[in-house]
Amino acid sequence: MKNLLVLGAGTAGTMVVNKLRSHLAADEWRITVVDSSATHHYQPGFLFIPFGIYSPDEVSRPRSASIPKGVRLVTAEIDRVETEANTVHLVGGDTLAYDYLVIATGTTPRPDETPGMADDLGGSVHEFYTYEGSVALAEALKDWPGGRLVVHVTEMPIKCPVAPLEFTFLADDYFTRKGMRDKVELTYVTPLSGAFTKPVASATLGTMLDERSITVEPDFVVESIDPEAKTLSSYDEREVPYDLLVTVPLNMGADYIARSGLGDELNFVPTDKRTLQAKGHENIFVLGDAGDLPTSKAGSVAHFAVHGFTKNFLALIEGKPMTESFDGHANCFIESGGGKGLLIDFNYDVEPLTGTYPLPVVGPLQLLKETRANHLGKLAFRWIYWNVLLPGRPIPLPAHMSMTGKHLPKEAADSAAEIEEKV
Amino acid sequence: MPTTIMNGREIPVDAEGFLTDPSAWDEDLATVLAANIGIELTDEHWKVLRFLREDYATQGETATTRRVQSVGGVPTKTQFQLFPKKPAKKMAYIAGLPKPRGCV
Repeated sequence: MKNLLVLGAGTAGTMVVNKLRSHLAADEWRITVVDSSATHHYQPGFLFIPFGIYSPDEVSRPRSASIPKGVRLVTAEIDRVETEANTVHLVGGDTLAYDYLVIATGTTPRPDETPGMADDLGGSVHEFYTYEGSVALAEALKDWPGGRLVVHVTEMPIKCPVAPLEFTFLADDYFTRKGMRDKVELTYVTPLSGAFTKPVASATLGTMLDERSITVEPDFVVESIDPEAKTLSSYDEREVPYDLLVTVPLNMGADYIARSGLGDELNFVPTDKRTLQAKGHENIFVLGDAGDLPTSKAGSVAHFAVHGFTKNFLALIEGKPMTESFDGHANCFIESGGGKGLLIDFNYDVEPLTGTYPLPVVGPLQLLKETRANHLGKLAFRWIYWNVLLPGRPIPLPAHMSMTGKHLPKEAADSAAEIEEKV
Repeated sequence: MPTTIMNGREIPVDAEGFLTDPSAWDEDLATVLAANIGIELTDEHWKVLRFLREDYATQGETATTRRVQSVGGVPTKTQFQLFPKKPAKKMAYIAGLPKPRGCV
């Protein structure tokens, strides 16, 4: 009997066990998945909870409901991975042996890593990357009289890098609908030089912030927060005052990764960006946000990565070469308020561009452009997540990013044509 | 691919002026690159630059400010004093390395 052990039953881990259970003979392979909590949250929904668009019960289900028959779900904290012995030690002393290990324990916000940030959390400082945080922020926004609302990103990389922008757009919309937008001064504070990480999208999103009278404070690397004076201070001695701060704390991988000697300085596992194997460990794969891949930490990336991983894994255990090469494909809806949204589609080599998706001209979805259809796509995605994505059912969209339908900026055209030729 | 003449040599660079070939770099060139952005290199600067070069050689990627602090032993605050406003970008530029990622 062989053991496949999956650490983390979030988006990536749940998809993996669903995909692989049907492919691996039950009398040959035992599949076990470990998670520290019993509840699975639809994390994209955390964005909507603060504005009362989703209620808390709409984003939560028992993890067991999404784990297939024939897979053992263990609810426990992981102490460490002993790679020399192919063994995982759980807190409390139990051990789990593996032939193959999948690390899918994601990333978590760490407010403790920024001096002063955790001191007033839930008071004038909030975050929306946890269930508890998004529910608390809904309460805080409900009766907030207005003032300086600062949306802040601590340090890259973060999970879902568009989410703080979406939060800012939705806040603008929320206060407009409440008839109090004139009482709110909105500022977006980012360590990046612009609204987003890549130039074409950054220009579009930057214009959208301008149009909404949202001030951007770029290149701001936070050193500390003074919860008494209610100011953010940067390393280059700038100060940004707030009445209500919505921050995205430093993101780090799980602590057991550091204890196992498997992580970088942020506990992310150095990962081969094509095969998704942990560097130096042939029988360990890293999926979802837990690795250091140079692409977005996002559920869509996990989905596309799991597709190739499944084929590679089945080849590997048969002693065949792994032929799938991950391209870093990401596909993200960006909610922009007023019942509209944008869609971006990109990978390791090609930045988000304008155009149509998935088909040329007819789309039906427009890339990097505010439309009603993109907003509806985002809302429909919650149903797709629970009913198609997590159970590992096929989605009729190519796993690899395609240049079809995309408009190229002049200088990008040459390099993209080269890339397309190689693919 | 654009190039620029520095120190009497033709150096391949990207649109922002970053070297596209880390092996085209040497310590003399660093002095020129630093002067381009108004920085005069001191021993403290060199400590950071040498760490960046060594780390890149083993990791294949440019160290982030966090890594320069935790692995290279130079506090973030000091990095901001040595390479004002945008230390990650400026350190990479002078060290002849690609911009650090993390911006994805």
